Amino acid sequence: MSDLRKWRELPLGGVAYRLSTDYKTGDWRALKPVIDYAKCTKCMLCWIFCPDTAIIWNGEKIVINYDYCKGCGICETECPVKAIQMIPEFKGGV
Amino acid sequence: MSRVKIPPDKQIILNVNGDEAVAYALKQSLVDVVAAYPITPQTIIVEKFSEFVANGEVHTEFVSVESEHSAMSACIGAAAAGARAFTASSSQGIALMWETLYIASALRLPIVLAVVNRALSAPINIHCDHSDAYGMRDSGWIQLFVENVQETYDTTIQAFKIAEDERVQLPVAVNLDGFFLSHTLENIRILPDNIVEEFLGGYRKVPSINVDYFEDKVPYMLNPARPITIGPLDLPDYYFEHKMALIDAMKNVYQVVREVNDEWYELTGRRYGDGVIDTYGIEDADTAIIVLGSAAGTVKHVVKRMRSQGLKTGVIRIRLFRPFPYREITELLKDIRVVGVLDRGISYGSYGPVYLEVNTALYDLRERPIIVNYIYGLGGRDLSPHEIEYVIRELHEIFEKGFVENKLKFIGVRG
Amino acid sequence: MAKQELPNIPIVKGEPAYKIWIFEPGWKGELPLLTNPREIAENKRSALLPGHRLCAGCAAPIIIKLVSFAFRGPTIVVQPTGCVEVSTTIFPYTSWAVPWIHVAFENAAAVASGIEAAIKAFKRTNRLPYDNIDIVVFAGDGGTYDIGFQALSGMAERGHKILYVLYDNEAYMNTGIQRSGGTPRFAWTTTTPVGKAIPGKPEWKKPIAEIMVAHRIAYVATATPAHWLDLMKKARKGLEANGPAFIHALSSCDRGWRHEEKLTIEITRRAVDTCYFPLWEWSPETGYLLTDRSLAIARNPKLKQPIEKFIELQGRLRHLLQPENRELLKQLQEYVDKTWEDLLKRAVNAPK
Repeated sequence: MSDLRKWRELPLGGVAYRLSTDYKTGDWRALKPVIDYAKCTKCMLCWIFCPDTAIIWNGEKIVINYDYCKGCGICETECPVKAIQMIPEFKGGV
Repeated sequence: MSRVKIPPDKQIILNVNGDEAVAYALKQSLVDVVAAYPITPQTIIVEKFSEFVANGEVHTEFVSVESEHSAMSACIGAAAAGARAFTASSSQGIALMWETLYIASALRLPIVLAVVNRALSAPINIHCDHSDAYGMRDSGWIQLFVENVQETYDTTIQAFKIAEDERVQLPVAVNLDGFFLSHTLENIRILPDNIVEEFLGGYRKVPSINVDYFEDKVPYMLNPARPITIGPLDLPDYYFEHKMALIDAMKNVYQVVREVNDEWYELTGRRYGDGVIDTYGIEDADTAIIVLGSAAGTVKHVVKRMRSQGLKTGVIRIRLFRPFPYREITELLKDIRVVGVLDRGISYGSYGPVYLEVNTALYDLRERPIIVNYIYGLGGRDLSPHEIEYVIRELHEIFEKGFVENKLKFIGVRG
Repeated sequence: MAKQELPNIPIVKGEPAYKIWIFEPGWKGELPLLTNPREIAENKRSALLPGHRLCAGCAAPIIIKLVSFAFRGPTIVVQPTGCVEVSTTIFPYTSWAVPWIHVAFENAAAVASGIEAAIKAFKRTNRLPYDNIDIVVFAGDGGTYDIGFQALSGMAERGHKILYVLYDNEAYMNTGIQRSGGTPRFAWTTTTPVGKAIPGKPEWKKPIAEIMVAHRIAYVATATPAHWLDLMKKARKGLEANGPAFIHALSSCDRGWRHEEKLTIEITRRAVDTCYFPLWEWSPETGYLLTDRSLAIARNPKLKQPIEKFIELQGRLRHLLQPENRELLKQLQEYVDKTWEDLLKRAVNAPK
């Protein structure tokens, strides 16, 4: 938050002027999801259930957007074929 | 008078009370949404306006909300969607919508609110005093006080223009005294519909703002073509800055009120002082009375009579109470020796709000006048010419003596 | 000022991964309701952008995402104060890809009513550049059951065409897990802690959806994020309804319900399986209709799970599993059973 603006530079009525896509919540994670593409059946359930829209279907395969993934693990729980595994983000465990 | 665009004989004469005058002003002002909840003595505004709606004479969407809090909330929603919105209330209703008043001004939405001044409970009292208006004086709203029914009509229309001015973008409260004005018939002159529409520039136009994720400026409204987020959460890093914008906007209001007053004069031949302050007999006065609202009429009448007895009092009627006209008061009172400030309400544990403001305005003068606070008319108690005469005589006594023992006085109370 | 860009992640058919919803003036048509997950992934985008600061594993953004897949076209979102409002719009950031407004805690329904009135006035004077703008409220249980109830009831009575989605996390979660009218009986909250004298909240959960049915509005339904297709269809029905529509969506909260983040969806699934939160919809024309899993359970009562299945995953109710609280557990099970039986009697499509 280094570019704190002066009051004259702010929009009328306090309208929010930046998109939250600038705010990378990926650094919240302690666990990160990893996909085993051999098992993935492309059912899209992980895409449907991700609270942070951090799972992307790029037309060919499921890709995790680690910029925003908070490591909640819902994708691992909901995957019907156990193709996703949550592994520790940092070496040496959680 | 020949330069007046719509001379009096081209205006339409109506015999209406204050509330009806507001309704007629609304009818002509191309209001999109009226969301209101009835409360005495505002009820006639919504009743009369409902007739216009039921007869298809206006395009307004009338929302009969379930409380005053929802009334202001619905107006905020409508104004955020780009509409011209209006509501009216009094006393408890104003108190109930208190939190939304602050929100409306901070969101810079040009809503117009007619406050038909009524005393706050307890005890419950439906009659006139200014406690409801005083209670919202910190909320960031522009507050205008009118003296008679003609001014009620004129000011309601002007309120939209003042509020929507690019330099202002603040909500406006038009204060009219409950029962004394709201329920009292006067003959007034109103303009033809198309003239009012022209004066207001047609429908409301929203200002444009800059946000980082759109190349060009976007309209400040809920707009599916250019989505924006209105009413976010602030942390300590930005709240203060947001409030500075509001503080700054208030400074522009005086100029806009004067301009609109001048424009109205050219249009109708009517004006109210310079728009901010109206004076009577102040030029050669020894003492002065400051008063707001309908009591000013009675005060002027008595002052005129007393002048013939040699007591030279001037009257200052403050029309624009918020933002407060400090400079004008300082200028007008710098040679006056004794000032009586009439307040139709009091800040408990302190003085009347107008008295406090006048003190602030006059403090820096080298020779300060003696300022006396007269609290009058609470709960609709009438201010009679007899009592005003008493005040005038007392002010002149203080003028002769050169001091006053007690600065806080109460008019017409028993015991 | 440089234009801020969204992360440019292209998907098949040129659709970006994240986008702001823009409907230029004059836009006509209706966005289709897609039910095939692959099609949805290729064609739909959430109205909520990433980078929002809701807790990891929160069900509310899942509910919002799913409802936004059912949007028909230009839509305005209104929110009261609550978890979602506060976490998605921390100045200067916003996560909303659609026009959005927040005013106060208790007045989302009133603000939405004002917006709906403004749109009607614009239409009447040919100033609306679209055929229609939908208005959707996403409100928490705080802003609906309790402080927001008056405005909601007024909105329903006046018949405004608004879709009101309640994301019910069963307590005032945003301010620190205090109880609300939507908290279930015996649940631990910070204002109804489990103590020696009182074992959690003494009052039953307010039947908000049934209260909205009693208002005789155009459409009422219950939904969960686990039953995502059901939720999407109901959201669409709510938008198409000719009057106020109300969707009661159960939103599990890993902070307040004390469960592991990864079990968010599983818990709402079990809420339906145990009939704690049955799935149904109602309109004046159809009456009560069971849907999805609840309809399956009605047809095959063996599928109904004991309430322990719902409780065992949540810290806020786990004290009921202790032997000394057996009586309380029984009371809760009886309550769930009775409410379920009641619903079966009323549901038009329950087997007789």
